[in-house]
Amino acid sequence: MIPAPFDYVRAGSADEVVAALGEHGDEAKVIAGGMSLLPLMKLRLATPTVLVDAGRLDDLSYVRDAGDHIAIGALTRHRDLETSQLLGEACGVLRGVAAEVGDNQVRHRGTLGGSVAHGDPASDLPAVLLALDATFVVQGPSGRRELAAAAFFEGFLETALAPDELLTEVRVPKTGPDAWAYQKFNRRAQDWAIVGALAVQVAGATRVALVNMGTTPLRASGVETALAEGAAPKAAAAHAAEGTEAPADLNASSEYREHLARVLVQRAIEGAHV
Amino acid sequence: MDISVTVNGRDEHHDVEPRTLLVQYLREACELTGTKVGCDTSSCGACTVLVDGESVKSCTMLAAQADGRSVTTIEGLAPGAELHAVQQAFREHHGLQCGFCTAGMVMAAVSLLDEIPDPTEAEVRLGLEGNLCRCTGYHNIVKAVLAAAGSK
Repeated sequence: MIPAPFDYVRAGSADEVVAALGEHGDEAKVIAGGMSLLPLMKLRLATPTVLVDAGRLDDLSYVRDAGDHIAIGALTRHRDLETSQLLGEACGVLRGVAAEVGDNQVRHRGTLGGSVAHGDPASDLPAVLLALDATFVVQGPSGRRELAAAAFFEGFLETALAPDELLTEVRVPKTGPDAWAYQKFNRRAQDWAIVGALAVQVAGATRVALVNMGTTPLRASGVETALAEGAAPKAAAAHAAEGTEAPADLNASSEYREHLARVLVQRAIEGAHV
Repeated sequence: MDISVTVNGRDEHHDVEPRTLLVQYLREACELTGTKVGCDTSSCGACTVLVDGESVKSCTMLAAQADGRSVTTIEGLAPGAELHAVQQAFREHHGLQCGFCTAGMVMAAVSLLDEIPDPTEAEVRLGLEGNLCRCTGYHNIVKAVLAAAGSK
């Protein structure tokens, strides 16, 4: 399967990406590793007429201690996250879940920024960033702005990014190495999550997020509230499917996904409290 | 567009369409057909090659993205008549049946052993999760990779 024809622009800087996006409007798409976009283009589900390659912006590949948070360049690959000692110590949940994305080959190419900007509710890392209340730094023609993760994911493959904006950095709080658990349910090891459930302790409270239970990654706020009020993991996890709109497909019905969410959330909560 | 790729140590220069996939480029422009197209959806790993030493699925990468990079295919793994240690181990441990997944399996294993030189069996199985063998030959493939790790 070959993508539909497109013009290829290789950007040498974030400014060049933004300029190219401004020139070509929403006919253009940014490509980084291409692990999400290229499969869609091969199936002709995405047919951008201009592809702006941000894959060479090496200055946007970093994991840095920024004092009260960890700053991660948008072009940082999953491989670089899963091998980052700094991330392992300061935000182990992100490092650990990065190692669960796809397979080695995918993690050698795929980037954190690409996964976030693609906005697929079945992706692992957006749910982590939602649970962490991460901040996304985006660059557009009039400069930079910061967006909260909670305001970023708007719908299926839809984000708050404007057509002429580039995600440049992700900021996450320092949560320490442990006190998290991710439960990813799939049929083959490398597959997308049929349902995923994350629990992580942040500043003494347990945050819970869901993968593939709606058109965006979701916070299980009913579970979080129950835990804050002292509910046991099983009782809290009973709220896991509240407010979700689980998709139905070949892998699972909506009802089965709701069941999975309750089971996996319970396991995740128990795992995050060890 | 013009691209220059170092393929198996040789400089290749070609004029390609931007939409050319790396696997297409390797098989059709470079005439290196050892790399197979299996599922064509980045699931099966048959198209695995090394880009700058790391395993990637060449059906899900543009040739343009490999411009200026170094690519190693199964043909370039062993410089002469001698087999690479991983190839030799696949041969000795019968790590293949029909052979269709083998080039990708071997390249994925080479990359894995580069990152984890002395893996456990579990690490080998996890490390090869992106490669499917429809002859269900995983057991001997894992044995081969462990043997190759031990032979270095």
